[in-house]
Amino acid sequence: MSASNAAPEVVDSQGMGYLVSLPRRIVTVYVPLGAFLFVLLFPFYWMVITTFKPNEELLSREGNPFWVKNPTLAHIKKLLFDTAYPDWLWNTVLVSVVATALSLFASVLAAYAIERLRFKGARYVGMSIFLAYLVPPSILFIPLAAIIYKLQLFDTRLALILTYPTFLIPFCTWLLMGYFKSIPFELEECALIDGASRLQILVKIILPLAVPGLISAGIFAFTLSWNEFIYALTFISSSEVKTVPVAVVTELVEGDVYHWGSLMAGALLGSLPVAVLYSFFVEYYVSGLTGAVKE
Amino acid sequence: MAAKQSALSRALDDRHLLGLIFMLPAAALLLLFLTYPLGLGTYLGFTDTKIGRGGVWIGLENFEFLWGDEVTRLALFNTLFYTTIASVIKFGLGLWLALLLNKHLPFKAFFRAVVLLPFIVPTALSAIAFWWIYDSQFSIISWALMRMGLIHQYIDFLGEPWMARFSTIAANIWRGVPFVAITLLAGLQTISPSYYEAASLDGASPLQQFRYVTLPLLTPIIAVVMTFSVLFTFTDFQLIYVLTRGGPLNATHLMATLSFQRAIPGGSLGEGAAIATAMVPFLLAAILVSYFGLQRRAWQQGGTDK
Repeated sequence: MSASNAAPEVVDSQGMGYLVSLPRRIVTVYVPLGAFLFVLLFPFYWMVITTFKPNEELLSREGNPFWVKNPTLAHIKKLLFDTAYPDWLWNTVLVSVVATALSLFASVLAAYAIERLRFKGARYVGMSIFLAYLVPPSILFIPLAAIIYKLQLFDTRLALILTYPTFLIPFCTWLLMGYFKSIPFELEECALIDGASRLQILVKIILPLAVPGLISAGIFAFTLSWNEFIYALTFISSSEVKTVPVAVVTELVEGDVYHWGSLMAGALLGSLPVAVLYSFFVEYYVSGLTGAVKE
Repeated sequence: MAAKQSALSRALDDRHLLGLIFMLPAAALLLLFLTYPLGLGTYLGFTDTKIGRGGVWIGLENFEFLWGDEVTRLALFNTLFYTTIASVIKFGLGLWLALLLNKHLPFKAFFRAVVLLPFIVPTALSAIAFWWIYDSQFSIISWALMRMGLIHQYIDFLGEPWMARFSTIAANIWRGVPFVAITLLAGLQTISPSYYEAASLDGASPLQQFRYVTLPLLTPIIAVVMTFSVLFTFTDFQLIYVLTRGGPLNATHLMATLSFQRAIPGGSLGEGAAIATAMVPFLLAAILVSYFGLQRRAWQQGGTDK
């Protein structure tokens, strides 16, 4: 009985949830939810614990591994002063910010043109933007590597700044099209009658109204660039221009002795910026995620 | 001067012309770095290009070679296995989590925010955490199971073919469930509570309500979400690259990782591109599924009088 009821119990709680008794709620809701949270968050907890654990504790099988007895900053210190980690962080920030700004600029113009100017063929352009969104980097990186090499951009940050928009622009344009669609046409018509040019309308009327959409698209694009891996792995070979995800995987893992402490510290420090940014803009991020899927 | 200016501004008020001008930056970037490489990749698949040496057209030779190549066949099997198992479980767990989060809970917003963390953190970095959790000597899972007396020696999570397949699938599920759950939750929230009230007045059990109210109304969004999930999983690269690099004995090589290995460290751009091209039919199939999912949505909107 309770097993078959566990999943389908979607009765909206605001409506009729009061009919479900507390012990039953604990079994059908809180226990499974707790298990989900434990599994989903455990790797992060483990990252943090390992970061502050001294090597002796890491390599001993005695004692309680879930806690740190003598927390240490040695791994973080080693990471920041004995490796090029600060450079990698800087590269990641630079590439992500510039690629995001470039993509937002191109996407605002494109989304406005497709959704509001409705030029000839706008519908087909809109559809091809959606299709472009579905092209995965895994099938593009080989020909892109050839192109990057020909353009003599190999092993430069510019290679990443120019290629990240291939997945950022389709996403941002698609998201912004949805936002622009919700702005009433009357506003634009009024402005046109008052003699405003299209550019003025875009900058002074549409953009201020689409600020939530811009934030959503910006946050999402920034995290996507921060997390990008395959292009950064393929197009970059020198340590000093690598981004954090690639550098942690390729530079910190050397030989057979894994320095788990500094590896986890590297993973933690590389995850923190996106996690912090995300925590400030959760609602925007979620609306970006669901908006892009729902359209 | 004045006439020239007004001619220019009139031209800029022509929406077709202005539309094209506005499309320029996006179109230039996408044509050069997306459309062109897509075509170039397909072309490269029919050549014997190596790194540093232009290739010549060799027709279907790459594909013929790959078809007879044991490793490629294994990679195709692995990819299909990985995608099927991971997608099915991600859907099941994701839907369950979405239903749980849709209930009236204290700290609901907090739970929702925390659940999405695995999805927003760089996959390469969380994969390293999994690598450490799966370590053959210091795995915390082995340690805990030993303490509980369930196993007698440490599990070699990534060292043995089938174990490695399931370990990588588990990591992929961990990363993918939040995406499925949060997007399905957004779909659940659009379903009006009055439907459930009406259904329960008619005597529908919770199971029936799920089957006849939730599921039909959620189908369109399930179709889209699962298409994205299948696309991500099928073309997955980072997780495998970090955890196993395709090993042990190529047991976890996916088409994306094999294509990378043959093309970049191996230097055979043509062969790698052929493997990547071979993924396209599968992706098209997934997109068609999404298309029909969306078709159904139009029918449903007519049916539910929205």
